[in-house]
Amino acid sequence: MAEEATGGLQIHPMDQFIVKPLFGGDAIHWYTPTNVTLWMAISVLCVVLLLVIGTRGRAIVPSRMQSVAELAYGFVYKMVEDVAGKDGLKYFPYIMTLFIFIVFANFLGLIPTAFTTTSHIAVTATMALAVFFGVTILGFVKHGAGFLRLFWIDQAPLVLRPILAIIEIISYFVRPVSHSIRLAGNMMAGHAVIKVFAGFAGVLGVGAVFPLAAITAVYALETLVAFIQAYVFAILTCVYLRDALHPHH
Amino acid sequence: MASETHTAEGAAHAADAAAHGGEAVGMPQLDFSTFPNQIFWLVVTLVVIYFVLSRIALPRIGAVLAERQGTIANDIATAEELKLQAQEAERAYEKALADARAEAQRIVAETKAEIKADLDAATAKADAEIAAKQAEAEAQIAEIRAGAMESVTEVAKQTALDVVAAMGFRADASSVNAAVDAKLKG
Repeated sequence: MAEEATGGLQIHPMDQFIVKPLFGGDAIHWYTPTNVTLWMAISVLCVVLLLVIGTRGRAIVPSRMQSVAELAYGFVYKMVEDVAGKDGLKYFPYIMTLFIFIVFANFLGLIPTAFTTTSHIAVTATMALAVFFGVTILGFVKHGAGFLRLFWIDQAPLVLRPILAIIEIISYFVRPVSHSIRLAGNMMAGHAVIKVFAGFAGVLGVGAVFPLAAITAVYALETLVAFIQAYVFAILTCVYLRDALHPHH
Repeated sequence: MASETHTAEGAAHAADAAAHGGEAVGMPQLDFSTFPNQIFWLVVTLVVIYFVLSRIALPRIGAVLAERQGTIANDIATAEELKLQAQEAERAYEKALADARAEAQRIVAETKAEIKADLDAATAKADAEIAAKQAEAEAQIAEIRAGAMESVTEVAKQTALDVVAAMGFRADASSVNAAVDAKLKG
């Protein structure tokens, strides 16, 4: 970005987000194995390691890995049950898939030199749009035209209802935008900030302790954000799912 | 050290970016040419994770949790039952203890009564014996006293007779005796 122009200070905070083919070459076709492929594969590997290998003992008294897997399961299960209701539990595997993928993608992205797949709007928007179309179709399938009552707020005075309906419809269509940009933006910003501080550390010599301390602090914050953003993404999905299942406020 | 690798990587990226036609100039996130690639691999990833979760991981973890729940519920029920049994055993123990105590008390009372009866009988017997002995002794004493009285009368009569004789009178023994008797009675 702008920093690139300032002579000796070589900071390329956005370079870490470049999608590159894994095995050389320039062209990125839809099927080309890229660093996206690599880090998504690693996250799949981690999911399998935690949730399949970790639980293979099926122990009544769980091992550490199994404990973590059960914790993740219970955490998402309870979230779906609390937010979307009992009938939302049918969709628990989908929400668990999204949550566990985002968690691992976020945390793997925190490894230095790693590629953060969830920092790309293409990835988060695909997931957000999948959720958006999924719950919208589900709402119409479950309630038919009655799903539109979601936008018609019965509790409000009659004169206000059309205005509220317009606002509700706009906010409904903004959902996938906020849903996706929130995650990608958080991931990108944190990583870029770390990279900027790292660039400072490179030219400051002994004074590098200050940017290094800042990197440490930002990294700690990013660790928190990595989890919270996955949680937020999953819980918003649950909220949208609840609206689709129970559109009558 | 991290910064060095970062800058080295940055340089590599820059070279790479140059090869790609200046990608790193803007936000790589907005390079739409990479979108199909990312979306394709994302869909593959999500489908794989979904099948791994829905076919293997989630049913397994759910089963383990349910089993644990069942085991815990079972254990609690068993514990409850054992507690009841323990309470019952304690009650039985208390009852046995109370029974034993009552039995002991009964035996003590019985024995005490027996001993008392024996003692009473012995006391009565001893009392009777003592009374008999006392009566006997009293009779003896009375006899001795009577004997002594007689001896005193005898001695008094003899002495009176001797005194009269010594004074030079002749006295009839029977009148002296009568006088002494009268004197003794008086």
